Amino acid sequence: MLKNKNTIDEIISRFAGKKGSLIPLLQEIQNLEKYLSKETMRYLSEKTGIKLAQIYGVATFYTMFRLKPQGKHIIRVCKGTACHVSNADSILTAIRTSLKLTEEKDTTDNGLFTLMVVACLGCCSLSPVIMIDSNTHGKLTSEKVEQILKKYN
Amino acid sequence: MSLTIKVGLASCGLAAGAGDVYNAIARYLKNNKLQAHLKQTACIGMCFAEPLMELSHSGKNTITYGRVLPEEVGSLIEAYQSGNPKTDNIILADEIPGSENDNLKNQIRIALRNCGIIDPESLEDYLDRNGYRALEKALRKMSREEVISEIKNSGLRGRGGAGFPTGLKWEFAYMSKDKKKYVVCNADEGDPGAFMDRSVLEGDPHSILEGMAICAYAIGSDEGYIYCRAEYPLAIKRLNIAIKQANDAGYLGRNIHGSIFSFRIHIKEGAGAFVCGEETALMASIEGQRGMPRIRPPFPAQSGLWGHPTNINNVETFANVSWIMLEGSGAYSRFGTEKSKGTKVFALAGKIKNSGLIEVPMGMTLRDVIYKVGNGMLTDKPFKGVQLGGPSGGCLPESLLDTPVDYDSINKTGAIMGSGGMVVMDSGTCMVDVARFFLDFTQKESCGKCTFCRIGTKRMLEILTRITRGEGELEDLDKLEELAVNVIKGSLCGLGQTAPNPVLTTLRYFREEYISHIVEKKCPAGVCKALIKYEIDPEKCVGCTVCTHKCPMACITGERKQIHKIDQEKCIKCGACYEACKFAAIIKS
Ligand SMILES: Cc1cc2nc3c(=O)[nH]c(=O)nc-3n(C[C@H](O)[C@H](O)[C@H](O)COP(=O)(O)O)c2cc1C
Ligand code: FES
Repeated sequence: MLKNKNTIDEIISRFAGKKGSLIPLLQEIQNLEKYLSKETMRYLSEKTGIKLAQIYGVATFYTMFRLKPQGKHIIRVCKGTACHVSNADSILTAIRTSLKLTEEKDTTDNGLFTLMVVACLGCCSLSPVIMIDSNTHGKLTSEKVEQILKKYN
Repeated sequence: MSLTIKVGLASCGLAAGAGDVYNAIARYLKNNKLQAHLKQTACIGMCFAEPLMELSHSGKNTITYGRVLPEEVGSLIEAYQSGNPKTDNIILADEIPGSENDNLKNQIRIALRNCGIIDPESLEDYLDRNGYRALEKALRKMSREEVISEIKNSGLRGRGGAGFPTGLKWEFAYMSKDKKKYVVCNADEGDPGAFMDRSVLEGDPHSILEGMAICAYAIGSDEGYIYCRAEYPLAIKRLNIAIKQANDAGYLGRNIHGSIFSFRIHIKEGAGAFVCGEETALMASIEGQRGMPRIRPPFPAQSGLWGHPTNINNVETFANVSWIMLEGSGAYSRFGTEKSKGTKVFALAGKIKNSGLIEVPMGMTLRDVIYKVGNGMLTDKPFKGVQLGGPSGGCLPESLLDTPVDYDSINKTGAIMGSGGMVVMDSGTCMVDVARFFLDFTQKESCGKCTFCRIGTKRMLEILTRITRGEGELEDLDKLEELAVNVIKGSLCGLGQTAPNPVLTTLRYFREEYISHIVEKKCPAGVCKALIKYEIDPEKCVGCTVCTHKCPMACITGERKQIHKIDQEKCIKCGACYEACKFAAIIKS
């Protein structure tokens, strides 16, 4: 049984009959559930008649879609060109160290943070840059990052 | 009420703390019962000095302060009001000499005409600056053909990268016979290191809507889409506000200006795929599919969204349209070179002093852009290269700095103009690493449809990775060149066709750096981790233990007041100790 079945039904009905609505539909559902679980995708397919393969194909093509449970806050570390030449790697290392995340792990054990690497947040003149949820932080150093992370709980 | 205070609240400003500055001003005004007009605006392009605060008062010079801290806004305002303004951190001022930023003088701002000046969430502000007058002119006084020839005569070329003549593109869509046609604005801005489109979307959203509406009238369309990348939440928010305002005020919607022309605009949020910036992939994505490019022809102008004729232009292209319609094609083509008319917006980033957004006439040399407008290098480290056009572009050396920036001159160097990202690099940047960085990007972003793009880029990346590890051989360079040629030939869309450019240009202009990595096993810039080593200088180490705490691997040992030591076996060369040491006792070699 899906946890948010009623809200999901409401979202589906809002998009019903609109052409090209699969991506925004998945985006809204992900906003609600934080990720797209297999059950949710299967349910969507049943409700909308869109083939499960197509839903899965879209969900895996775009990097915004996440197929695993996520932490409460999403940290996006920019590794675009400007940030790369401003040593974004050291920021990434600092975050990994401070959150005790190994290379293979991207969500903290307490479920507080999920770490993602992205290419360019559009604030290149303030590189290196990270974005936590929808707040952008620029001109970072390893120290500053640690201070910023402490503010989130 | 004659004191006006403006604060730049674009993503860049907010990231630098402009939100706190804005709140501090509001608090100050309230606590001191000061009557003033506090306004938000967006990015004026001087991102290097954010947060920015502009003070203006009738009868006084207008002053823009940079790097404003929340705790000092009160004293800045007080001093300004008293007629004795503070002189530190003045970024722009009419008549005060020596203000830090003279760079606006070397610019011609057409696409950016309103950015950083108006409140992007206010329709009135846009209307005050001749907003929607061009649309009115087109609808009331011009035929569809006249609109197209005006754009053709201006010489405007698409700003999304390829530089296709905009008027001609509109004409193709106009000539296609179909009752349903679409106008699409490409706001996917995937080039990592570029933010021109973001600033226009956040700073002047109505100008995009107006440009799209004029295009729709010209080609005969009644529906448009803006495809905006999801990493730009603020741009999406402001576009939504602008669309609602324009609909309510009758600048969009049914029977605009009492004519038979109707036009509505939807926003589609991207979902994170670089290839979706390519026009056929973008349309597939709007249709709700995986964003994979397809063969052209048919071109979108013949068969685009859902099989209907579609005109796709970039954000900046649309931002120029209403200016051209009002001022005339002649006023526009006065700027620029013979084949590249008008102005171009560039995003300056990397190791440059005045990083931010600029707009200059086409044909200005790279040197002038970097040194006159961008104010030169950020630190004492010397210039090494400038990267143009992102993952599809190339890195140019000092010797090519006198190249004029126009489509054809830049193409000759092996780079491309691209959408306008310019990342400046100094001697601390390794060009092999940069080439590897871009290939890593394109290889990940390849949609996988063409074998050459999918596997060719992977093989190239493997070779480059090997070289940066000091395991390369001289033959690798030939292999890279051979693969590059084949990836270019064997790919369907621009992603694969241009992916080898960063490798080819660095091989051409910085070959000796590749050779150092291969023959001497050295990275001259000290970037490639496998080829560098961190050690502690026993002469300088005072035993403060700071580095031991910073080291993520806990591989630095040493008691307080004793000389420390790095365990080379465990060291991951992150450089944290190097950054942290206040005594310059960590040596990088
Ligand atoms: C891989 C790839 C990515 C692209 N990304 C963008 C982009 O982010 N923004 C853009 O305007 N054009 C992009 N383009 C170019 C578009 O395909 C298209 O040429 C452009 O939107 C046309 O608009 P214009 O004529 O106004 O330049 C990209 C092309 C390729 C091949
Ligand atoms: S490169 Fe990091 S914000 Fe653009």
